[in-house]
This record gives sequence, C-alpha cells and structure tokens, in this order.
Amino acid sequence: MPTRVLVPSGVLGLGFDREALARGVAAKPDIIAIDGGSTDSGPFSLGAGESKYSRAATKSEWRQLMRARAEAGVPLVIGTAGTCGTDATVDWMVAITRELAEELGQTVKIAKLYSSQPKERIASALREGRVMPLEPAPAIDAGKVLEMTNIVALAGAEQVQAALATGADIVICGRTTDTATIAALPLLRGDHAGGAWHGAKIAECGALCSTNPTSGVILVDFDETGFTVEPMAKSARCTPHSVSAHMLYENVDPFVLYEPGGRLDVRGAVYRALDERRVRVEGSEWIPGPYTVKLEGARVAGYQTTIMAVLRNTHYATHAREWVAKLTTFLEGEIDSRMGLKPGDYHMDFRLIGVDSALGALENRQGTPVEVGVLGVVTAPTQETAAEIGKLINPFVLHYPLTEDEELPTFAFPYSPATTDRGELFEFALNHILALDDPADDPLAAFRLELEEVGHAELV
Amino acid sequence: MPSLSEKVLKVRSKNAGPFWVTIDIFCGSKPAFEEVCAKLKTERVAELYKAPLETLKRFDIADLNVVKFSLPRPVVQGSREDRDMHGAGWAVLLEEAELA
Repeated sequence: MPTRVLVPSGVLGLGFDREALARGVAAKPDIIAIDGGSTDSGPFSLGAGESKYSRAATKSEWRQLMRARAEAGVPLVIGTAGTCGTDATVDWMVAITRELAEELGQTVKIAKLYSSQPKERIASALREGRVMPLEPAPAIDAGKVLEMTNIVALAGAEQVQAALATGADIVICGRTTDTATIAALPLLRGDHAGGAWHGAKIAECGALCSTNPTSGVILVDFDETGFTVEPMAKSARCTPHSVSAHMLYENVDPFVLYEPGGRLDVRGAVYRALDERRVRVEGSEWIPGPYTVKLEGARVAGYQTTIMAVLRNTHYATHAREWVAKLTTFLEGEIDSRMGLKPGDYHMDFRLIGVDSALGALENRQGTPVEVGVLGVVTAPTQETAAEIGKLINPFVLHYPLTEDEELPTFAFPYSPATTDRGELFEFALNHILALDDPADDPLAAFRLELEEVGHAELV
Repeated sequence: MPSLSEKVLKVRSKNAGPFWVTIDIFCGSKPAFEEVCAKLKTERVAELYKAPLETLKRFDIADLNVVKFSLPRPVVQGSREDRDMHGAGWAVLLEEAELA
C-alpha cells in the first residue's frame, strides 16, 4: 500500500521552514517522522544521558510538530530522543510532551520505546559470544562493560512497528537507527523493502538531499517498486544528483547500509527526475541477514581542567612550540615535586592555536602567526586532581620565560579564573553488535515499550 | 603545481560514526573527475593522513563525478587525543595537496 511519510527536518532542534511544514501537512501524510539525535557531537550526550539541544529549542519545535500531528490526524514519531536515546532522554522528551499536551489542550496516547541496556545484560551477552566487534572496535571485557555509564542498542524497524501497533498518537523512541522511524510504516504496509530503507536514508537528514538544505521539510512516497522524494519548501528542489549524492554523507560505504536484520544495497538504484522538484528511485535491494542490533556505549575516561593563554609577542609566537616543550618539562618537575604525581598519573597537553591545533601531527603547513593561542588540557583520574594541577601550573603558563636572563614575561589570559573545570571526559567504548533472536518471535527482546495517555480538556 | 582545490568543486570531510572519517571530493565535471581518478593515488592519501594503506576504502563514483575515501579515524571521536570532533577539518589536507 503506498505510504506517504513527512520528515520535518534532519533533527529536532535544528529548525525548519514553517510554510513548508504546513504544505507537508496539507499533502495528507500517513505518518510524521523525525530524528532526535546522533553521535555526531561526540560522546558527552551518551555518557551523561543528556540532550545536546536546548530544552527551549526542542519544545518550541515539538510544539509545532504536535500541532501538525493533531491537524494531520496521523502518528508522530521521533527516533533517538534527546540526542543519545537513553532512557533518561526519552523521559525528558516525554516530560516536554506532557507539558505541551496541557498547553495545547490535546489528549494523546504516547508510546515510549526504551533502548537503554542494563550493563549486566551486555556483559552476559559478551560472555555468551552474542556481542561481536565491528571494525575498528575498542577492546572490551565484562569488567569494562560494567564500568560504562550508558549503553544503548539501536532499534530497527521492527521495534518502531511494535510501538506503532499500540495505536499511539505519539511514539517517543530511545536510540534507533537513523532510518528506522521512517522505514517502519512503509515496511509494515508491504512497500518495496529496498525502497523503504533507501528512501529512509535519503530523507533522514531532511532537506539535505535537496538544493536547499536548511529548509528541512521532505515528503517521501513509498510504494511497491520504490520511492519518490520531494522537498516541501518552494525554494528547494530534489535532483537525481542531490538525492544520490546524499548516500555519500557520513557513510563509510555509499552503496551499502547495514540495518538490524539485513543490509541495503543501492548499487542497482536508478535515480530519475519526474519534474524539476521530484526524484523517483527504483532498483535498490534489501538483503536479509542475521538479526543484530548495533550497540553504543560510553565510559568516563578521566576528568579535565583547561587553561588558555595567548602569546602575542612576536618572539614567543614564533617560538611557541619550543616554549611549550620547555614549559612542559618544567611543569612535569613541579607537579612531581609538589604533588608527587608522575607524567603517567595524569595527562597534560598544550595545543597551539594558530600553529597546528586542528590537525596535530597531520599538519603539513607552516606560517608566521600574529599570535598563538595555547590551550592547556589536563586529564586526571579525579576532578580534584585535574583542578589542582590546573591551579599549580597557572602561574607558570602566565609567566614562564623562554630564557633565564630575560625579564619575566606575562601572557594574555582571556578570563578569570584562568582554569576551567570541564567535568568528565567521556569516550565511546563500543563499536559492536548484539545478536538477537528472530524479531518475529519477540521484537522487544532487548527493548521496552510503555504506554501513557495524557488527557486534557480542549481549551476553549 | 595546482592544488586539488583548484581543480575540483569541493572537498568535504565528516565523521561516519565515531570510529570512521569519510572524505568526499566533488569534482564537478567529467574531465576533472577523470583527472583526479588518474592522478590522485590512494598511496598519497594514506600518506597525507598517516594511515596504513590497507585501511583506506576508495570509491570512484562516475555517476556523481565524486571520488570518496573512508578510513578509520586517526583518533576515536571525542577521545582525549581528538582535536576535531566532527572531522570536518581533515578535508584541508586533500584540498591543499598538489595534483601531480
């Protein structure tokens, strides 16, 4: 059965064109699906279980989407709620939804799909050989798994379908694959499987597959032979090039995409312009495989304190690397004699902004900078130790001279206090998959589904 | 000798998950694509990124006039050694590379 999916934006919190959304709603979609997260900003969100986007931005956009849902009378689904899709961020999104239901006077049935994994479950699965590494994967053992602060499994279409089957108005998912929330309904209704996953991949970043990426809103029609994609903003167009080029984006392999239960192969896909704005795609193939779900996990790798100084004096700016080398040796001695810590007990790194701070050892250009920013990063097993090292090195980062016989220099500190305690340094600790039984028997084996009804009288 | 950026439309790099980086060279035209395919050796790219040659994946995509490389990130995204959270800065190494 043909299925029309409205994708308002690549991610909730990034904004979209309101007129385009209205046009999408008027096109009578069967479902509205949006992504709520990504690992793209780094491990902090998953490590801490917090959203990267502000609550205010999330709420104001979700308000528009809840209104759009009420008008369209179809389910609204969000994948990877709150950036990382932990249970805590699903609940954060549910709390926002409850507030909005009250403010908008809506009565809604909410399905909550939880993806967080108890650490003991993953440790047992590892012992049983059901957790397998992808390439390249950090080395893990049961002990390391138990140390992680959060582990999530990426739900696929089957889990989203189970949530939709409850008849919920709004489905708030924990971690899902980027594509699962879009592919779920077309697959459920028997549309072409290769087309469903391929169309979902094309639409998951919203209007990024069009000529006007910031307009957000995309409409995808799925059917028994493929899919058709159309941007909803008047200023945007989808072309065979803009659509097919999207397979390159953030993908290791532009032709193959692994999902729970198989892989999508688009080598045979044909992209055809239907008119100036719409592109038709057929020929993509879905190849079923073992049912595995990807795991993501984060652990605390230490605590950090930073310090920043700017070298504007030409002599120091041009000798910044030499200065940092001498300073580091001197500071290691001071930290040893005053705190009893050897270099292996902590990590101290000075990055030269204006020299090679972005590329580090890969930098192959040299120039004469006007000034050099020196960003000192201290990582230690506790915040107290990192902060203490930061305070200890502070006066030397301010005054350390290149030579002994010169007047004491003073560099520019941009703020007071000069040190900043950054809290935990989280790191991604899993690049693995978890083997599950056939989801036809129990799609929710590693996931949890809960229902909640929020009722409010219509506001008059 | 001209740099790659003078020959092509755009070079883009981005994370492909926390463990990989992918670099897309949008050549912009068939002649530019053919020149890049012929002159840009995978060995040279491995050298620029100080990565073992066998870890690089290369895709010469004629339909898009795109040459794409994927490689394991030099350091895992967000780890203590990481200097570029989104991996977008690595594109410059190819932009500035000379196309011999």
